[in-house]
Amino acid sequence: FQIHFVLLISRQGKVRLTKWYSTYSKKERSKVLRELSGVILTRGPRLCNFVEWRGLKVVYKRYASLYFCMCIDPDGNELEILEIIHHYVEVLDRYFGSVCELDLIYNFHKAYYILDEILISGELQESSKRTVVRSVAAQDSLVEAAKEQTGSTISNIIAHAAK
Amino acid sequence: MNPFSSGTCLRDMIRAIRACKTSAEERAVVRKECAAIRASINEDDQDYRHRNLAKLMFIQMLGYPTHFGQMECLKLIASAGFPEKRIGYLGLMLLLDERQEVLMLVTNSLKQDLNHSNQYIVGLALCALGNICSAEMARDLAPEVERLLQFRDPNIRKKAALCSIRIIKKVPALAENFINCAASLLKEKHHGVLITGVQLCADLCKVSSEALEYFRKKCTEGLVRTLRDIVNSPYSPEYDISGITDPYLHIRLLKLLRILGQGDADASDRMTDILAQVATKTESNKNAGNAILYECVETIMSIEDDGGLRVLAINILGKFLSNRDNNIRYVALNMLMRATTLDAQAVQRHRATILDCVKDSDASIRKRALDLLYLLVNDNNVKPLIKELIEYLEVSDQEFKGDLTAKICSLVEKFSSEKIWYIDQMLKVLSEAGNFVKDEVWHALIVVISNASDLHGYTVRALYRAFLTSTEQETLVRVAVWCIGEYGDMLVNNVGMLDIEDPITVTECDAVDAVEVAIKRHTSDLTTKAMALIALLKLSSRFPSYSERIKDIIVQNKGNVVLELQQRSIEFNRILQKHPKFRSALVERMPVLDEATFSGRRAGSLPTAISTSSGAPSNLPNGIAKPATAPIPDLLDLSSDDVPAPSSSGGDFLQDLLGVDLSPTPAPSGADMPPKASTDVLLDLLSIGMPLPVQTGLSASDILSSSQDDKAPFVNFNGLASLSSLSANATSPANAAPMMDLLDGRGPGPQKSEENGQAYPSLVAYESSSLRVMFNFSKQRGSPQTTLIQATFTNLSSNVYNDFLFQAAVPKFLQLHLDPASSNTLPASGDGSITQNLKVTNSQHGKKSLVMRVRIAYKTNNKDVLEERQINNFPQNL
Repeated sequence: FQIHFVLLISRQGKVRLTKWYSTYSKKERSKVLRELSGVILTRGPRLCNFVEWRGLKVVYKRYASLYFCMCIDPDGNELEILEIIHHYVEVLDRYFGSVCELDLIYNFHKAYYILDEILISGELQESSKRTVVRSVAAQDSLVEAAKEQTGSTISNIIAHAAK
Repeated sequence: MNPFSSGTCLRDMIRAIRACKTSAEERAVVRKECAAIRASINEDDQDYRHRNLAKLMFIQMLGYPTHFGQMECLKLIASAGFPEKRIGYLGLMLLLDERQEVLMLVTNSLKQDLNHSNQYIVGLALCALGNICSAEMARDLAPEVERLLQFRDPNIRKKAALCSIRIIKKVPALAENFINCAASLLKEKHHGVLITGVQLCADLCKVSSEALEYFRKKCTEGLVRTLRDIVNSPYSPEYDISGITDPYLHIRLLKLLRILGQGDADASDRMTDILAQVATKTESNKNAGNAILYECVETIMSIEDDGGLRVLAINILGKFLSNRDNNIRYVALNMLMRATTLDAQAVQRHRATILDCVKDSDASIRKRALDLLYLLVNDNNVKPLIKELIEYLEVSDQEFKGDLTAKICSLVEKFSSEKIWYIDQMLKVLSEAGNFVKDEVWHALIVVISNASDLHGYTVRALYRAFLTSTEQETLVRVAVWCIGEYGDMLVNNVGMLDIEDPITVTECDAVDAVEVAIKRHTSDLTTKAMALIALLKLSSRFPSYSERIKDIIVQNKGNVVLELQQRSIEFNRILQKHPKFRSALVERMPVLDEATFSGRRAGSLPTAISTSSGAPSNLPNGIAKPATAPIPDLLDLSSDDVPAPSSSGGDFLQDLLGVDLSPTPAPSGADMPPKASTDVLLDLLSIGMPLPVQTGLSASDILSSSQDDKAPFVNFNGLASLSSLSANATSPANAAPMMDLLDGRGPGPQKSEENGQAYPSLVAYESSSLRVMFNFSKQRGSPQTTLIQATFTNLSSNVYNDFLFQAAVPKFLQLHLDPASSNTLPASGDGSITQNLKVTNSQHGKKSLVMRVRIAYKTNNKDVLEERQINNFPQNL
């Protein structure tokens, strides 16, 4: 797969999102997180955005307090991955409206929904930000509609119970 | 908020976790939440399933176990509503991976959802399938995905295309079903569908030559046209990135063209125009443009081309290399590496810039540059480049020294036309970064020194000087100690002075001091100390007046806690005290080491050495944890070699050289030599490789190597069991089982028959149509509870197994220890096997029999296979 995994790690080393496209066991996953946050968080500024790691490459970019990391094969196009990271960040920004780390903490599931509209199986799915945001918004409104329906049934029940 | 809610909502939980000041507090909050969620799951509470799962996903992200929520995902997926399915599929992707069996249960729901009337539900199912589908699911659901490639909504088509990629990667045999649909996606206008369609075609080409041929013939023309259209397309806000329309589409098209053009002159020819256009017209001031150029260069270098385009490509890389952006320089180095095979001369022009990159402050760039520079070194530039690199070695970061040292050593060896230059460079490396020098490198250095008889004096003096200034470099100390032992007289008497040398006054006392320092250094390891002991023994004969002092130093080690050193000291002390007659003959200078034998051995034995030394430090039965240093791999590859010629300076010289002979060989070899028994045994014990007076019997290595193929010879040496058992303690665990086995049979003292290795028949632990697992049992002497099992895996199918992994689990009354396997690749049709040693300790020995559950995972034909089985038929009383 083009991208083996996607990680979002805060400057303090807290994990904000993990998405594994290649198979890693639970144990390996936590090892990867430990190792990579050690390597990436300690890298100085103005160095290149690529780290060679276990025969693979990790492309990372820092946006405010968050590091966005994607792991690729050694012969992948690192510059393109930087663009994909930026693409994801821009979609997040559009969706949340100037996104910040707190948005991604409290709405972590939304961050995943958006990522799932951009990448499947580690491959790029959509290059239009507008299409991605639309698709997520359409699904959000399906959820809202369903909620209203159940909400009204519940208030009916309450009304019945109160009688 | 829901009026019936109990417990906290997701937001409150996250807030509570974030408010925790210590990890103990956080654990407490999580524990409470998990308890509440478990309770809710047990009550089968439908209203909170949704929220529970969201919470679990957050908890899992913090690194806590959440397996108990897996079934909840399945229930949510099976429910009718979109919100439930959405969170259920998300949970499925986060909490499970393709190896979990629970996943099989979801296949049916996925099938239904792939046929759902709501296209968003179809999308959810495709996304989940694309991210976690296993081989079995791929087979079951491929027809649905194939059909969805023609779905009316493009958003479904693009998801189905990526899903297809996962399916054909899991089951390449399904590729042919997708070829036609994939080709029709290439005609689409929708960018998402086009991007994913192109990607699908590229992956189809990788798994199916039929697909490659088909796309090459039918689609090359069209792809070139699509690329031309996109390159020349007017500004389109939806896809624009810094003035370029959809760079992702550019890159994917270039990638697919590369695959089609590679190895096909005709297809390559059809794409040269557009590649030239992309290479010359793409803006290079933004990352997006550079990403396209980078991809384009790679395509140009991969396809069949007359050379015109390649000049263009190498020029682009030259421009990249002088860019101030580190990212661009990094990819330039990366790509120039591939360009060296095409046009080394053009890359050589950038040598100076590349050398500067080796010294960059960025570790990633340094590493790339060093790899590239390594390829650029030739006879003409090796001397100045090595000089630069060694100078840089002095100031480089610690973490870079390992790589740098390995590369310098390799280059110095490769281009060592003059011995003195080679020795000089190696001494510099040893003094600067001796701790990073690999064993085989300093072994090679000793071989070269041994062969350069006119440089012996020069070398030993240079080493002595270096030793005085940098005693902290382990390998420098070893080589110095070895040379002082061998050529100590030349050190003291300034024999063989070269014109370039400064005279140096070293007394006999100084030389002995130096070796004493080596043996008393706290940091010296077993090998160094053992070598120092040998050197002392040798010096005692070279400098007779210091023999008393040397004896004192040796005697101090008689009580050493390391068995090897203790034994050596006692033996050497005996030689000094009881055998003055033999001493000088015993410690004569080593015969010249044979370079040809060494390089041959090195080439042949390297893999073995790697596989064994990568294992965990072995715990020897006598309680000394021994680091996996040189001697053990040496011995091992010695034993796995073909039988070497029985010349004492030939096959077994490495262990002679080290003088650290941890093998059980010395004792047995004495048995066949009755006439000269006393001296020969001593010689062998010392394992000093001087020519034996009479070459009788088998050489040490003969015996050891034959022991691997056939156990018979050992039987002849029963009488010496007591001697050999001592040294056999040091045998590495990788072949511990047979050794122990043999020793058991003939060890001194009474033994119970049940401990005898032969008492247990081998067991076919597991056999399927594809795989056979054999267990051989043996017991460790003195511990009846412990069974050593050697598992042998044989592949019965006609396909190679990769990533072979054997796992075993035992009930509580057993303890299991697994050694690393001999390999993770199992050749087809029983043509070779993997072995792995297990150690089982039975705390209920005599009451309960062994039982074990094994799981074997491997990859064959690109698909994962998992075999599991419980083994109950172990022999009784194990």
